Amino acid sequence: MDSLVQLTGVSKTYGSALALHPTDLNFARGKTTVLIGPSGCGKSTLLRLIIRLLDPDAGSIRFDGATITSENIPELRRRIGYVIQDGGLFPHLTARKNVLLMASHLRWPLPKMETRLAELCALTRFPESALDRFPLELSGGQRQRISLMRALMLSPELLLLDEPLGALDPLVRAALQKDLKEIFARLKQTAILVTHDLAEAAYLGDEIVLMNEGRVEQRGTVDDLRMKPASSFVTDFINAQRGLALI
Amino acid sequence: MKRIRKTGRQERFLRKLFLSCFPVFLIATSSLSASEPILIGSKKFTESYVLAEIAKRAIENAGVATEHRQGMGGTIILWQALSGEQIGLYPEYTGTISEEILKAPPSLSAEEMRERLASFGVGITGELGFNNTYALVMRRTIAEQKAIRSISDLRNHPELKLGLTHEFLDRRDGWGPLAEKYRLPTQNIVGIDHGLGYEALRNGSIDVKDAYSTDAKIGENDLIVLEDDLQFFPRYKAVFLYRLNLPPEVVAILRRMEGTLDEKRMIQLNAEAERTKDYARAADLYFRDANSPRATSIGEPFAHKLRRWTLRHLQLAGLSLLLSILIGIPLGIAASRGGWIGQVILGFVGAVQTIPSLALLALLVPLPFFGISVRTAIAALFLYGLLPIVRNTATGLQDIAQPVRESAIALGLEPAARLWKIYLPIASRSILGGIKTSAVINIATATLAALIGAGGLGEPILSGLNLNDHVTILQGAIPAAVLALLVQWGFDLLDRLLIPKGLRL
Ligand SMILES: Nc1ncnc2c1ncn2[C@@H]1O[C@H](COP(=O)(O)OP(=O)(O)OP(=O)(O)O)[C@@H](O)[C@H]1O
Ligand SMILES: [Mg+2]
Repeated sequence: MDSLVQLTGVSKTYGSALALHPTDLNFARGKTTVLIGPSGCGKSTLLRLIIRLLDPDAGSIRFDGATITSENIPELRRRIGYVIQDGGLFPHLTARKNVLLMASHLRWPLPKMETRLAELCALTRFPESALDRFPLELSGGQRQRISLMRALMLSPELLLLDEPLGALDPLVRAALQKDLKEIFARLKQTAILVTHDLAEAAYLGDEIVLMNEGRVEQRGTVDDLRMKPASSFVTDFINAQRGLALI
Repeated sequence: MKRIRKTGRQERFLRKLFLSCFPVFLIATSSLSASEPILIGSKKFTESYVLAEIAKRAIENAGVATEHRQGMGGTIILWQALSGEQIGLYPEYTGTISEEILKAPPSLSAEEMRERLASFGVGITGELGFNNTYALVMRRTIAEQKAIRSISDLRNHPELKLGLTHEFLDRRDGWGPLAEKYRLPTQNIVGIDHGLGYEALRNGSIDVKDAYSTDAKIGENDLIVLEDDLQFFPRYKAVFLYRLNLPPEVVAILRRMEGTLDEKRMIQLNAEAERTKDYARAADLYFRDANSPRATSIGEPFAHKLRRWTLRHLQLAGLSLLLSILIGIPLGIAASRGGWIGQVILGFVGAVQTIPSLALLALLVPLPFFGISVRTAIAALFLYGLLPIVRNTATGLQDIAQPVRESAIALGLEPAARLWKIYLPIASRSILGGIKTSAVINIATATLAALIGAGGLGEPILSGLNLNDHVTILQGAIPAAVLALLVQWGFDLLDRLLIPKGLRL
């Protein structure tokens, strides 16, 4: 299988606490892989290692065939989009300038930027009339749409999303889940998405990676996890989530 | 899409502005010291101002341009300015020369003094005449009635009440040894404040008090100075110290003043200066009595003076602020990264703030590039202005939220672009706050520039303090306060222009 990202023996400790055991993991092109697991199991750490906000202690990460190093990462980052829970939008820039920041930094011609912006507004269903507002003047859902647009602006080959819908109310969340699924499908986007929610994982993910205490417990579809659990932890995790869903 | 282009332009403009500021500063400060009149210094008290003014008038009458740097810090600053060729001459006292400058015993002969000063390239005139030292004074009427002319005469008058200042009672060269040397009666002594002492003399509750021998009050109250017939008090005879490389005709002019000023005359001149609040007028009086060609009075209109003081003040505060910004922001950026470098930077700018202003000036004056000049004042103000800017820049940057930082990195912006496009604009409110604090501090502290003769609104404040003249003090203090307010308002406006709207929601 053709994979865009390959982790080989990647591990990370914070001080003396092991956050990620040596891990091998591939992420397939064009697929959405969901990382799921209890709080503190190392999901965010994994994403931050891929985009090099953290340096791995050991192992290597390949992106599109090339090993990521501190030399080539600035270039590679422009081929990777990164969306986080509270958006991380720049408060001093309007929504428009947040989205266009990198393109104008790279001196794209104005018409090209304008076209791309209109496309993204349509894709993420963001009202163009709100583009000149500042982040503080947007709703939580709108902020996440802008964060997504900013990440997609340069048409990245890989999209990393760390609980992008974590802070939203259920209705907005459901709407955005639907939009994300459509966007991923339309763009044939390779994406790695972190969530706590098994239903969201099942809905958005082509494949699920269930993690626990810095290790991958099992990877597969929801049905694989449900029918062929690799450990009692997998069963417990699924049952706990199902219990929640019944409320 | 217009907005995008505008951002780029603004940024380039700011960068250009920053880069163009430095040469402007260099040119501005060097032009301040371009012309070369003979600089005359004076210390921070009436008599010194008057003597300097007299020298200025005498030299200018001979067609040589001079400038009077009024009321500079103190002996050390003046001496360093003279030996470092920053000023041409200033009035000094023999006692101070041997004790404070040459650190020699008081027995130093005039010839030895001349030789040792010459090794610094400094010359000394002969004595101008008067001796400004401690003295005992009493009312003329009583003195004449009892036929008292010298301190020895007091020995036979134990009935006289002596009102002495506490300082004089305590001094090594004060009352104790004096009474011992003259074998004076010690029953009738009270300690009394200097100012109140004159009042007490007037109403007869005391008969004798201590004073400086050329104090203007001696003339005003019709007192006489008792002769120090056993020569107990150290001699503080006034002279001019000058650079040996002054033109010979200028030295000749100074030497023509030798022996022309006795105590009585100097007391008169001091009194005239304190009465009229105008040193030039007092200097006039010298020439009138000396039958010299009378110098034309050059009373500068107040509006002129105010303009001159204010412009100089703004120049001092503005240039130093500019420097504080240019150096402080990069230092703040470096300090925001923490580590030992950050500690060193914040420690340094914090420590500078604790150096008393006079000490800082005394440290800078002997350095080659500085000396007695506007540059020194600007450098001192610049150092004082650093702390708020460095600290606010550092904390403004450190306060930027982690997700914002990481988004900037993850987008693939280079470090410089992150700083210019993201971090500095977000920290702009804090940085501007620091600049505002620094500007207001600078306006207030720029008054101390007058201590090294750099002018500004401190000039009237200093001479007013010295003359105990509230009107003159206010002539400097009110404009300085108004300037501080205007600067504050100016920055409040600037806030609105420079802080991105998204941060003001
Ligand atoms: N900067 C850090 N310093 C020290 N320990 C850290 C740091 N960041 C994370 N950790 C620890 O590393 C482990 C993994 O953290 P990580 O953020 O990857 O978990 P997560 O799976 O994303 O959790 P959550 O679902 O709560 O976001 C946790 O035990 C966490 O406490
Ligand atoms: Mg996390």
